[in-house]
Amino acid sequence: MSIQLDFPAVLERWPSFLGGAVLTLELAALATVLGALLGTLAAVGRGTHSALIATACRIYVEAIRNTPLLVQIFLVYFGLASLGLKFSAFTVAVAALTINVGAYTAEIMRAGFEAIPRGQIEAAEGLALSRVQIYWHIILLPAVERVYPALTSQFVLLMLASSVCSQISAEELTAIANYIQSDTYRAFETYIIVAVLYVVLSLVMRAGFWGLGLVLFPRRRRLGTPL
Amino acid sequence: MQQNAFSSEPIVSLRDVQKSFGPLKVLDGVSFAVDRGEVLAIIGRSGSGKSTALRCIDRFEKVDGGEIVVCGHRVDRPDVNLRALRQDVGIVFQSYNLFPHLTIEQNIALAPCAVKKMATGQAKELARKVLAQVGLEEKLHAYPEQLSGGQQQRAAIARSLAMQPKVMLFDEVTSALDPELTGEVLKVIEQLAADGMTMVMVTHEMGFAKSIADRIVFMHRGKVHETGPASILTSPTTPELIQFVGTGNLKS
Ligand SMILES: Nc1ncnc2c1ncn2[C@@H]1O[C@H](COP(=O)(O)OP(=O)(O)O)[C@@H](O)[C@H]1O
Ligand SMILES: [Mg+2]
Repeated sequence: MSIQLDFPAVLERWPSFLGGAVLTLELAALATVLGALLGTLAAVGRGTHSALIATACRIYVEAIRNTPLLVQIFLVYFGLASLGLKFSAFTVAVAALTINVGAYTAEIMRAGFEAIPRGQIEAAEGLALSRVQIYWHIILLPAVERVYPALTSQFVLLMLASSVCSQISAEELTAIANYIQSDTYRAFETYIIVAVLYVVLSLVMRAGFWGLGLVLFPRRRRLGTPL
Repeated sequence: MQQNAFSSEPIVSLRDVQKSFGPLKVLDGVSFAVDRGEVLAIIGRSGSGKSTALRCIDRFEKVDGGEIVVCGHRVDRPDVNLRALRQDVGIVFQSYNLFPHLTIEQNIALAPCAVKKMATGQAKELARKVLAQVGLEEKLHAYPEQLSGGQQQRAAIARSLAMQPKVMLFDEVTSALDPELTGEVLKVIEQLAADGMTMVMVTHEMGFAKSIADRIVFMHRGKVHETGPASILTSPTTPELIQFVGTGNLKS
């Protein structure tokens, strides 16, 4: 038995692959930034004294964590369409991925918030800092620092999971691959290249998060100790 | 209870304060007052309500009844302006509670910048000044974990001082420290007293209380059981205080 691989036939489409990879990275970057914001707000919301807000945040988190991403994407896609709203596949993909990763971020951030010693919050209150100032100056960065590995893994996972956006014809990496393999009849070669590209994208994201960590956590950079 | 006849308004006054945690009555009609420049030491057995009484002053606990006035703020009222109150009151805890992700300078400058909108340069200057006051200038750019317990506690005191409070509250600030480190913290507090700072301190250091306090409040089962000048530690009248100072609590 021998496998005949013809990479040159597929690599002719290199610009398309690259375009798909770039779009995947853009999707992931946007959804990461927006999802981090949404998730952090939801985590704060779950900790507020308002039962209404806390419950709403909880329902959001549980609803997302217990349904498949593809179904969520279709819900956003067809939901918006049925409201008569026309958005590009890219926009829908960003929205759905944001909503999805926001829920996981909320759970991770909540764990981070809970790890802040009560005494530090009291010390901040004793210094007359407001609720918002306490979250911003005292809670947020140490919480993120503690859960940073979990958080960044989640965002890399999101980038990989974004491949299901091919189902609504967002022109990301997997969708491009689908076109190319049906054009060239070289499915195996195509998906080998795609797999390698996803690995490269993962490494790019991990490197990015590592660099961001150096900027966000100067204490760790200087002392090298965990919080 | 005796009050300084020359000052008009006490800085801190508690009148018949009641506080329960569920069925547990922790403060049962606590009254005392602290005049400007006065040092009040609260002593008593563990669980007698000392910390709770102190925390009520800064409204970390809400009282069930009675009246608390601190620098003109009606602390017992639900509409008290918490942030205004806490600008007038500094509080230091047993566990230092420095912010671990910030340098000592940032720890100190944070509240003046965020709360009082002080310019960064000015806040850094202030940080240097208050750190010098507690003898820690060289630790300006260190992180809390790089400091010993005694140094962390002194930095926490400096952080409070930077807000220029009218009264400082200390809750057993040396209890978490090794004996050889308590001295450096007590010396800082002593200096504050000499500079005229109004202070309320919960302490187990009887010798220290005796030497620095203008007045002693001995708490027992949620009540002010005995109060008076520091001399009550050497000549206590109630059996409970006699027993308390007699059981080796009074070191000098
Ligand atoms: N937040 C709380 N919830 C329930 N019980 C508390 C709380 N804080 C203190 N207590 C109880 O109140 C009593 C007095 O506590 P505290 O004021 O800390 O005493 P002290 O400082 O004199 O040791 C103790 O029995 C303690 O267990
Ligand atoms: Mg106590």
